[in-house]
Amino acid sequence: MIPAQFDYHAPKSLDEAIALLTQHGGSAKVLAGGQSLIPAMRFRLATPEVLVDINGIRQLEYVREQGGYLAIGALARETALEESELIARRYPLLFDTAKVVADPLVRQRATVGGNLAHADPANDHPATMLAYAAQVVARGPKGERTIGIDDFFTGLFENALAPGEILTEIRVPIPRATSGGAYIKLERKVGDYATTGVAVQLEASGEVCTAIRIGLTNVSPTPMRALEAEQRLIGQPLTEANLEAAGQLAATACDPSSDLRGSADYKRDVTRVVLKRAVILAHARAKGAKS
Amino acid sequence: MSRHQISLTVNGEKVTREVEARTLLVHFIREHLELTGTHIGCDTTSCGACTVMLDGRPIKSCTVFAVQADQGNLETIEALAAGGKLHPLQEGFWEKHGLQCGYCTPGMIMSAKSLLARKPRPTEAEIREGISGNICRCTGYNKIVEAIQYAADKLQEAR
Amino acid sequence: MAHLDPRVERHTAKATGISAQVETTDTVETKTPEKVCGMGHRMKRKEDPRFIQGKGRYIDDIKLPGMLHMAIVRSPYAHAKILNIDTSEALATPGVVAVITGKDLKAAGNLHYMPTLMSDTQPVLPIDKVLYYAQEVCAVIATDRYIAADAREKILVEYEPLEPVIDPHRALKDEIIVREDKEKKTNHVWHWSAGDSAATDAVFARAAHVVKQDIYIPRIHVCSIETCGMVANYDKVREHMQLYMTSQAPHAHRTVFALVSGLPEHKIQVISPDIGGGFGGKVPVYPGYVVCAVASLVTGKPIKWIEDRSENLQADSFARDYHIKAELAADASGKLTGLRVRTISDCGVADAAANPSKFPAGLYSICTGSYQLEAADVQVDGVYTNKPPGGVAYRCSFRVTEAVHLIERMVDIMAHDLGRDPAAFRLQNFIRPDQFPYKSPTGWEYDSGNYEAALKKAMTMIDYAALRDEQAKKRARGELMGIGISSFTEVVGAGPAADFDILGIKMFDSAEIRIHPTGKAIARLGTKSQGQGHETTYAQIIAEELGLPAADVQVEEGDTDTAPYGLGTYASRSTPTSGAAAAMAARKIRAKAKKIAAYLLEVGEQDLEWNVDRFQVKGSPDQAKTIQEIAFAAYTNHPPDIEAGLEATDYYNPPNLTFPFGSYICVVDIDPGTAVVKIRRFVAVDDCGKIINPMIVEGQIEGGLTMGLAPAMFEEIVYDENGQNLTGTMADYLLPTAVESPRWELGKTITPSPHHPFGAKGVGESPTVGAPPAIANAVVDALWHLGVRHIDIPITPYRVWKALREHGVTG
Repeated sequence: MIPAQFDYHAPKSLDEAIALLTQHGGSAKVLAGGQSLIPAMRFRLATPEVLVDINGIRQLEYVREQGGYLAIGALARETALEESELIARRYPLLFDTAKVVADPLVRQRATVGGNLAHADPANDHPATMLAYAAQVVARGPKGERTIGIDDFFTGLFENALAPGEILTEIRVPIPRATSGGAYIKLERKVGDYATTGVAVQLEASGEVCTAIRIGLTNVSPTPMRALEAEQRLIGQPLTEANLEAAGQLAATACDPSSDLRGSADYKRDVTRVVLKRAVILAHARAKGAKS
Repeated sequence: MSRHQISLTVNGEKVTREVEARTLLVHFIREHLELTGTHIGCDTTSCGACTVMLDGRPIKSCTVFAVQADQGNLETIEALAAGGKLHPLQEGFWEKHGLQCGYCTPGMIMSAKSLLARKPRPTEAEIREGISGNICRCTGYNKIVEAIQYAADKLQEAR
Repeated sequence: MAHLDPRVERHTAKATGISAQVETTDTVETKTPEKVCGMGHRMKRKEDPRFIQGKGRYIDDIKLPGMLHMAIVRSPYAHAKILNIDTSEALATPGVVAVITGKDLKAAGNLHYMPTLMSDTQPVLPIDKVLYYAQEVCAVIATDRYIAADAREKILVEYEPLEPVIDPHRALKDEIIVREDKEKKTNHVWHWSAGDSAATDAVFARAAHVVKQDIYIPRIHVCSIETCGMVANYDKVREHMQLYMTSQAPHAHRTVFALVSGLPEHKIQVISPDIGGGFGGKVPVYPGYVVCAVASLVTGKPIKWIEDRSENLQADSFARDYHIKAELAADASGKLTGLRVRTISDCGVADAAANPSKFPAGLYSICTGSYQLEAADVQVDGVYTNKPPGGVAYRCSFRVTEAVHLIERMVDIMAHDLGRDPAAFRLQNFIRPDQFPYKSPTGWEYDSGNYEAALKKAMTMIDYAALRDEQAKKRARGELMGIGISSFTEVVGAGPAADFDILGIKMFDSAEIRIHPTGKAIARLGTKSQGQGHETTYAQIIAEELGLPAADVQVEEGDTDTAPYGLGTYASRSTPTSGAAAAMAARKIRAKAKKIAAYLLEVGEQDLEWNVDRFQVKGSPDQAKTIQEIAFAAYTNHPPDIEAGLEATDYYNPPNLTFPFGSYICVVDIDPGTAVVKIRRFVAVDDCGKIINPMIVEGQIEGGLTMGLAPAMFEEIVYDENGQNLTGTMADYLLPTAVESPRWELGKTITPSPHHPFGAKGVGESPTVGAPPAIANAVVDALWHLGVRHIDIPITPYRVWKALREHGVTG
């Protein structure tokens, strides 16, 4: 209920934040939305000695298209995506995802950057960013670099950020006109983590899938793509038979844990079912149908 | 362990206090400011009984440190009946029996206030979705929905 | 005490033949104008202004000068020896005032154990062993909450883990004894039975049809949004203990504290202020309360203890945990004849249930339900396991949820087995209105009922025939749609002194009404609202009886120094007991008022008649005195041969329990791929007898329905094989939000109770009782044709998925 003691810093600039992180090393943690970190601190599962609160670095809070991609500042709140007409219209996969992160109050503080950086396979954005082939921009003591999303998640709660680095921006390639996306999350109730979640971003030419990436939520120790399912569908018509085959491949490839939501076999099976539905919905959007 | 002096506007008044870095905003509100209308119902950011408005956003005050509210604008349930007149939401909850034990009510009203600011004519589904961060055990939610619809109508009339 | 007219009308239990038959209506009438706002009016609640403005006064809002804070250290093991408790680092921490252990409590006068409400014993703080996960081990007292939380982490307890026994079936083998401290080394706590086993055996022997089913109703937790807590304030100079407490039964708690602590009862004051939900969870005395009170006694300072949600979910009293084996018999025509039930009640480490003392299985024997049966045989065994003690009634009047779930599932299984429509099958087997008062095979005398009217109303509201048509068409297309019915009989209002007591204190309840000279009144009662609206409903009852505007009646509960003795609010007992007492006290006042009116009008009492708010001369209504005029006269111009004042107290001993009932119909659609169950419609027709405030009744029903939905589909306390609680936070213990909770559709019938002073029955828990089987029956109905006969609650998507896949539906 009550966190352990810590020292608190609220830098006004990114450079100041990076300096603090570098100075304190492993005993410091970044505080952004805090909607994952503070609950962990209240149970003393996380006991950072130093918190570097980056909420004062307001220039990190933006959502805009520029230079061929959608740039999401690290501090963009989930509600910024939910309330954005641009996101609703051009990034339905992202829109679907933002709407089902936690609950409406948590979404007011929770950041997209934090959702990724936490590297929790139970979070929703990892699967979505995998489906988008997004990139993560990080700035640290050695300067700025870009990390491809496929390289970003390195283990359970582990990401590719180097010591002293802060995730500053997420870049989503602007989808082509022939593309569509969808995120379907099975949850027991609003606010629960996913029993399974499937993020699909695809391009289609009529009934044939020309490109597809599929991310899965909470069915593996690290956020994963359903690579075998993707391979099964590329260049194929999106028929029930092909979808079923792809669903089965994803069910086999994922590695869910049995827990209170149900057995591993159950989660595999509903991943199969949800994958098919997410692809169908993404395809419908690619063809221009309303979601 | 750092201590900090924070200054913020609380229900329209400027307030300055010293807090530990780890002081939760909800404890700051209840214990330091003695505004006990905001309640604590859980320890996993699940129930929403602690909902207040910070810089115009409804947030769960158990999951924010008080020190993060420095220079901010905080609004709690106590601000709503300013000048002795009930806010349409408070009226609605009373008219429509949208509360029983009253414990989730301040948080529920603050959430609803934000919802109606963003969606002045919400559908029932939008209302239910909008308050899905607030748990009630007593009412079964039907009359909370009706209370919020009442308030939405009242606020529209006033325009 | 005023001189009372001995001929004051009193309702008796004797409901004989014709006089017992009451008419069923469905319209709420009002006999008083809106200005008076008596019964039947949708009066806005008088308690709301403070809650909607954040000015409620809950336990954690209380701040006393010099107040210290208490935090409890809890066991991480379900069963372990305590080798050592090292408090030195904690005690050396600035701001830490004391650490209290079991040894300290023992030295303070054997306070390390306490009696439970069922006359068992329960550890307060252990000395040698911990017996359940999250058990209280010791408590730290500090100057503020944050220091107490830090100090708690510094207390080092050395344990030697022992094997726990978690499964009650295994516990019955007595291989691992849970309570080594008791004289009898056995985990079998009690055996209880009702009905007639020989007659039941005979009925089963000749039955044409028998269905059997094992039903497990798992542990759940009331999880009211406010947790439990106390501010104990011992004044060493006045030798007075003040206990602000989250209590549903303040007087009973005061008496228990007096007996346990040795402090004289007149020097203990329990104050139950605003309570954020009870649902039964604030009836038991938890170890935290006792330690908090002792801490204040010892330090002479106010001590605040507020539990975290995790503590609340993991250690406070659970509900349900019944392992049921049921058998139902019918004759060739489908007429139900007999019921046989065997049940194991998992008590945890102590029988700390909040039941009336003669009923260790509560009112479970109501399980013959709304049906005519020739015989029944119900036997229950209580068993110790290494889990938290308890057995509260999560909004269900003492095990009635378990009873209703079992009979409604069994009746549905029988109906489906016989290929009968479940509604028609129920209609064939209902107790008929002319059979009331009805003596059930387990000894209950149901006061009144009209089950057919309620079910038919529900069927009309939902257009039942059309739904069955739709289901047939959908089934042909492979779509899964189900319709579930629950036609429950509840039993509430404990209870008559002959049978009902808690720790020997009879379960009457009380009301004291005093009218002031200017015609306003104050009423104090022995019950304690935790949101049920008593400040409004009791005022409406008094307004109905006396014509005093409900707005002019101040209602108070919860302070044992001022309120008359009562047994509190739980088990839907307030309206049947204190509501009755309020009416009876008001009638005593009216009897005295008649004397005063006669004196003022200079007529005989026999010349007067009562009309809403006044006594008027028969045939000459202009000659009248209002209750306000009479009240003034009671202090300024009363008859010289009677006392001044206008007040009365009543301690009401209900002649019987009351039997609310209803029929619920639930429609579900099941997604064969994801196994998600969607409730498409839910119609609830309730009959709680005479209605005091229809708006409040609707609120009680809607709230109760969501608290029926929750265990039906979401809630379950899960332990692993080591007895660790896996659902110990709100992140894992799932409560429905406004999205999961459907739009409930309500209807009503009104069949008054013939023995209650104004025909009311109580309503707060009926929906929690009636809803789960309606939902379970709907899901099984959707899947019956696949071969599914039963699914235990909570009916989660996983359980439905298993049923679907096991029966060949791949989705």
